[in-house]
Amino acid sequence: MKIAVCINHVPDTETKIKVAPDNISIDRTGVNYMLSPYDEFALEEALRLRERFKGEVTAVSLGGDPHRDTLRKALAMGVDRALLLKEDGERDSFGVASGLAEELKTMSPDIVLFGKQSIDYDNAQVGTLVAALLGIPSVSVVVRMEVRDDGTVSCDREIEGGHETVQTKLPAVFTAQKGLNEPRYPSLKGIMAAKNKPIEAKPAAAVPARVVTVLMRRPPAKTPGRVVGTDKSAVPELIRLLHEEAKVI
Amino acid sequence: MNVLVFAEQRDAAFKKSSFEAVAAGRALADQLGGQCAALVIGSGVASSAGGLGAYGASKVYAVDAAAFARHASLAWSKVVADAAETFGAGVVLLSATQMGKDIAPRIAVALAGGLASDCTALRVEGGDIIATRPVFAGKAFIEMRITTPVKIITLRPNVFTAVPGVGTAPVEMLDPDLPESLFTTSVTDTKVSTGRPDVAEAKIIVSGGRGLKGPENFRMIEDLADVLGAGVGASRAVVDAGWRPHTEQVGQTGKTVSPNLYIACGISGAVQHLAGMSSSRYIVAINKDKDAPIFQVADYGIVGDLFEVVPELTVRLKENLGK
Repeated sequence: MKIAVCINHVPDTETKIKVAPDNISIDRTGVNYMLSPYDEFALEEALRLRERFKGEVTAVSLGGDPHRDTLRKALAMGVDRALLLKEDGERDSFGVASGLAEELKTMSPDIVLFGKQSIDYDNAQVGTLVAALLGIPSVSVVVRMEVRDDGTVSCDREIEGGHETVQTKLPAVFTAQKGLNEPRYPSLKGIMAAKNKPIEAKPAAAVPARVVTVLMRRPPAKTPGRVVGTDKSAVPELIRLLHEEAKVI
Repeated sequence: MNVLVFAEQRDAAFKKSSFEAVAAGRALADQLGGQCAALVIGSGVASSAGGLGAYGASKVYAVDAAAFARHASLAWSKVVADAAETFGAGVVLLSATQMGKDIAPRIAVALAGGLASDCTALRVEGGDIIATRPVFAGKAFIEMRITTPVKIITLRPNVFTAVPGVGTAPVEMLDPDLPESLFTTSVTDTKVSTGRPDVAEAKIIVSGGRGLKGPENFRMIEDLADVLGAGVGASRAVVDAGWRPHTEQVGQTGKTVSPNLYIACGISGAVQHLAGMSSSRYIVAINKDKDAPIFQVADYGIVGDLFEVVPELTVRLKENLGK
């Protein structure tokens, strides 16, 4: 079985975002980057599928040289190949998806896995865009997947207030949600071995943007509100404020 | 420029976010000098379709057939894309729900359009739509322009207002003839886990963190939520500890929420949690640590013991709300 996992390199969750002087991007100074958390579930699922069906897992990332760190982590977790589709500039989701889809066309994997979204721009588009560009099915926000020997797949995906079960057929794209599995920690042996494994690199196919950022700004600063009290005697006043001032209950 | 709005329903009932999307679609169409139509897909949906006229749709397209009783992403996105072409839509609006987010990218590819996800504001400037959306879970916002002739936009639930007017819209039935292959990826079962609203859609959220000291104490949070008809939220710490399911997690690795009221109980307010909830209209924090960062974003705070305050709040609200 041929499996591709598309992964992204993003600012870690503790980062306080500052806007760069260009007013359309973030200031990267002092920002720590990491593998986007949902991509870990995608990688883990790929490795488990390989354990069951044999075959090869390729991790693919589209971006600049810093993405090598994230690909290195995927190698340490146990993927067979790592591929960097080089792009030093910014791309919109469609540009990222097109670059990935071009490469995946030649790779023709049976299964393509993504995290359900990258936690930087939170578009939650790229996985399904890639499926649409490849003309294959997709199931997004997957918390359970069972691949059968005949190439059919039963998945549970998260919906508002519950789950739905979706049937599909390979080849297909799946985007992983937390809960799909418990990602492994790279072993020391894995980390050492990953240091010597090659990361292939080639330029990402060029694609014109369809969406352009014209401004980035911080959210309006919130001024700390009022301390209503220090024990349960403050409750009636709190209810009055919520009812009469905020008018939310 | 015409605007087509996909109005999502479950079990033949429209979601509140569908009304919000239709109202936003109408406002946009008025500014762009076009018409706003809605599209409904399902089984047994034709009779309620015309009601979308009250929210501003001048026409409603409806697909009402047994084959569309359950969601099938390839088939549904094809129906939306085809309807957009029939209507001559320059904009396709959807709610950024799990269904909307699942089909919007496919619609974008079918219509060769750019897609702006999870938008919280739309405005028209010189005939061009500027969409605003949160990025980094709300740590920043971007304004964007879609450069393609057809623009696909998903709207965050609970942000746009929908006030029903009067009247109904004429319904035009569509009878799409789609190949069986588009139905091979389809929903076969749906399970609802709680009767409470999902945090992504709830008007009020009661959320708990480490300060609750143990999973058993979340009963207090649930009781308060039930009095308010609210959703239950949780911090990453308690989800990671296995006290609560990930579906309730609010923050950068959970859900970014925009309710009218967010009540944070025993949550200190890590950066990634604040990012996910600070765009709530009103925030109440109940925490015994007066220096907790959550008080920096709270409108109203009680610096006290949540084990006293939360049950008292539940009892008093029950009296006030007559429950």
